[in-house]
Amino acid sequence: MLGLTVQQIAYIFQGAGWTIVLSLLGFVGGTIFGLPLALARSARARWLRVISSGLVQFIQGVPLPVIMFVVYFGISIGGFEVPALVAAGLAMTLYAGAYLGEIWKGCIQAVPKTQWEAAECLALTKPQRFVHVILPQALRIAIPPTVGFLVQIVKNTSYAVVINFFDLTYSAKVINNSTFKPFTVFTIAALIYFAICFPMSVMARRFERKLHRN
Amino acid sequence: MSGATHPMVRFHNLHKSYGRVEVLKGIDLEVAPGQVVALIGRSGSGKSTALRCVNGLERFQAGELHVCGHDLAAEKVDLRKLRQDVGIVFQSYNLFPHLTVEQNVTLAPRKVKGVGSAEARELAREVLAQVGLSDKVQSYPEELSGGQQQRVAIARSLAMHPRLMLFDEVTSALDPELTGEVLRAIERLASNGMTMMLVTHEMAFARSVADQVVFMHQGRVWETGPGDMLLDPQTAELRQFVGNGL
Repeated sequence: MLGLTVQQIAYIFQGAGWTIVLSLLGFVGGTIFGLPLALARSARARWLRVISSGLVQFIQGVPLPVIMFVVYFGISIGGFEVPALVAAGLAMTLYAGAYLGEIWKGCIQAVPKTQWEAAECLALTKPQRFVHVILPQALRIAIPPTVGFLVQIVKNTSYAVVINFFDLTYSAKVINNSTFKPFTVFTIAALIYFAICFPMSVMARRFERKLHRN
Repeated sequence: MSGATHPMVRFHNLHKSYGRVEVLKGIDLEVAPGQVVALIGRSGSGKSTALRCVNGLERFQAGELHVCGHDLAAEKVDLRKLRQDVGIVFQSYNLFPHLTVEQNVTLAPRKVKGVGSAEARELAREVLAQVGLSDKVQSYPEELSGGQQQRVAIARSLAMHPRLMLFDEVTSALDPELTGEVLRAIERLASNGMTMMLVTHEMAFARSVADQVVFMHQGRVWETGPGDMLLDPQTAELRQFVGNGL
């Protein structure tokens, strides 16, 4: 098929599986790291805002492949041998967390101040105001840009190839090296990336329209 | 202190500034239990600011303010305790859009007072009946008219069983027809003996419902008296203010 054996195509798809695994790691890790970042970025305490914004600025100012290298080799210098998946997952966590944190900070601040005030006037405690009044509204606003960012996460997992993580880009590269059919091989990889990302883009757009209708 | 005649709200020489601009220049004012006090005056006269001081939304720099036994000048006033005694309704309703009418009304009783869910449902029915919205329990705010939303906001405050209710220009965003239904709900509360302070531009309403009308001007209580004082203003400023009102 297309001058490739079934095994070779299966090999490429195997890589795609790991792309999805790394994407999920990035999203889950990014959420765990990004949510506190979002809270810290919109906190009243100045030191929290300074530290968290410094962190976000720093991570956003470094290219993802370099983050991958730093994490991967940083851990090895400590004398630990880590699988590329762990290093890549950690790097994706930092990257996704910094961006998701910014997105969510904006969503929290998009809830009108009067909602805080109304909740305050009902004698709710500050955590109660946040959990029961602000957060549910912020979440609704957050869904479209968050799903949109998932697409960025999936595409950017391909940078893990720099630390030899076995993903879709890596498996395609391996097959190309043995078949010398770069156009065919990388077109297949492109189509698989597209098949993963396109439904998410469509979903994000649909959520967005739904949000604006209300 | 004799409990019966002790005022529920007492301003004494209260001063409040935003930076260098003094917006309240020594307010003296008392509200007795069961009394309805209407604050009227031009925009910028300080009436909303005075009202917002009563439940601690605005802090002040000098003077005294006692509300339902809470000393608001105190450094460590417990604002959450205060707000269980004092309800407030805003011009822009500020209902929680992600919650149904019933959830809007019962959120604070459940979370603050630990009311159980069955009891909370009963409570919601009771206060929504008071504002004539028993049939809207499961609606979302966006499905209601402005007047209905404002009445839900009133019910939401009532559900905390406040001793004092504050109304901050609650009809200013409504057309005349919807204004009527909100004012009737407030009137009903007044006739049930609720103590309230309301900032309003509805002169006829102020005159009919208020035991005491307070005309504020340039950060001061300029003239005060029973509702009928609006028919016979003593100061030139009030005369000019109501000139085309009644």
